[in-house]
Amino acid sequence: MAGTSGARQASSPRALAFAFFSQPMAGPLIALVAISVFFSLTTSTFLTPRNISLLFQQSVVIGTLALGQTLVILVAGIDLACGAIMVLGTVVIGSLAADGNIALAMAMGLLVCVGAASLNGGIITLLRLPPFIVTLGMFTALQAGARLYTNSQSYPIRSDFLTVLGSPAFSGPLTVTWGMLLWIALTIVLSYALNQTAWGVRVYAIGNAPNAARLNGVNVRRVAFSVYSLAGIFYFFAGWQALGRTPIADPSAYQLANLDTITAVVIGGSSLFGGRGGVVGTFIGALIVIVLKNGLTQAGIDSLYQQIATGILVILAVAADQYMSRAKRS
Amino acid sequence: MSSIIPGRTIVLEARGLTKSYGHVVAMDGADFQLAENEILAVVGDNGAGKSSLIRALTGAVTPDGGQVLLEGQPVKFKSPLDARLAGIETVYQELAVATELDITQNLYLGRELRKPGLLGTVFRQLDKRRMREQAAQHMRDLGIRVQSIRQKVDTLSGGQRQAVAVARAAAWGRKVVILDEPTAALGVRETRQVLELIRRVRDQGLSVVIISHSMPEVFEIADRIHIHRLGKRATVVRPGAVDMNDVVAVMTGAKPPEAVPSALIGPGAARVQQLAGGL
Repeated sequence: MAGTSGARQASSPRALAFAFFSQPMAGPLIALVAISVFFSLTTSTFLTPRNISLLFQQSVVIGTLALGQTLVILVAGIDLACGAIMVLGTVVIGSLAADGNIALAMAMGLLVCVGAASLNGGIITLLRLPPFIVTLGMFTALQAGARLYTNSQSYPIRSDFLTVLGSPAFSGPLTVTWGMLLWIALTIVLSYALNQTAWGVRVYAIGNAPNAARLNGVNVRRVAFSVYSLAGIFYFFAGWQALGRTPIADPSAYQLANLDTITAVVIGGSSLFGGRGGVVGTFIGALIVIVLKNGLTQAGIDSLYQQIATGILVILAVAADQYMSRAKRS
Repeated sequence: MSSIIPGRTIVLEARGLTKSYGHVVAMDGADFQLAENEILAVVGDNGAGKSSLIRALTGAVTPDGGQVLLEGQPVKFKSPLDARLAGIETVYQELAVATELDITQNLYLGRELRKPGLLGTVFRQLDKRRMREQAAQHMRDLGIRVQSIRQKVDTLSGGQRQAVAVARAAAWGRKVVILDEPTAALGVRETRQVLELIRRVRDQGLSVVIISHSMPEVFEIADRIHIHRLGKRATVVRPGAVDMNDVVAVMTGAKPPEAVPSALIGPGAARVQQLAGGL
């Protein structure tokens, strides 16, 4: 009954417009288009097929990493260690692949990423410690750990399989890499899991109202733990993406990836208070972060100013989120 | 003085429950009887041990001694989940709804339905359509009016949110629905709507326990009133047979329980009668 009346409403243009603006990704999408139009008008190099292809290629690592971050933020957590976990995964893969056993390298990389992410989840859910502090500690510990493991050296990656995500799946005016396809596929799968399964409903429920979820029989800690562990799988895929982007496993790379992912998630419309948002928004959010960096580069602006711009962007996004949540509560 | 109602089926019963926390005695031989298809209000002064009693009945607390019986069978609930599986649903004082989820998602939270076939088993896909249809039907049956079953709970008024919580309990509670101060946070009009809803829940065949501090509300809605004092049941009365002052007097100890006409059922009633006779 509710379904038919909804369908009837949707046929009028005004209702269509309303349906669009009430979508959580409407804001991010408009922002992405606005920034892109701005750089297209102010620079001659932004809106070229080559640069658009590059944009997407630049987005895959942060974009994939941010899918895991989205899950964690949906349960009102935060993962400052996501980048460090990913980097640890890449150096483990790099070191083991140097001996020639690619399958073992990949398996160990996955194990390390899921293990480290689960350790985060375990400490947070079982010991009930604040995610911010736990993952901040894990961030510095793992960063140092990756350096100790490699003696601060980088491993060049020679295996085609390990770098396949950087190679083109289709070439034309626009180059589409396997990494882009993987990023899109992972976004779709995770979006399905969040929107079409009971697990997804519970993820939103424990982020939004943990007490209500518990009183209604949801095992809050188990769902939260599953979220952190699952995020580790996305960090592993992000590591694979990173090897496709630059075929070097470098323990000191992607040090600020955690901030970029948080920016992507928040700008993509997910709330830091949990329970609101989704991965399609994060997909757009990651593109916004990269478009901003890329556009500022095209405009010839120093990379230090780009960092300032990213910093301002994350504060603005969080401020907007705070403001909206407060407005909702009162 | 006592009027006893014989022959009513008792759904949920407690006999001589005890519970102490160190020196604090929360339950001191508490009895409880809930008859089929009735609204039983539980009243008592702060600290009388009402919530301990309710928590023991719903598995949130394990009593030190005494017995809980569901439909005559002794039960030992180790957790609220046990009680829920046995058909006892509780609506807690803190609003147990997730505001970012829609009405259907709230009604089905923790008990979602999956699609039949491979889509459900392999792809774990929710049967959103079936859940929406059933949710809409259920809300209509209870006379709860909302614009759409797909509305986020966020967009509902306090009364409507409480209605969703009650509807959820009524949907899953096969035998008993327990409401802990369901109108405490509501305005006058919304309180009326929720009370009306509670009546309909009873009329659907469920037994309802309502804990309340509001005497007018209790007198309006309850079939019987369980008065709790000093960790045990003082007596049970019928709203038509006593007035509010009597209930308050028994609650506070200003009047002995024997001084008001009781509405106890079965052996418990007999015991009170003996006591009354002995005086």
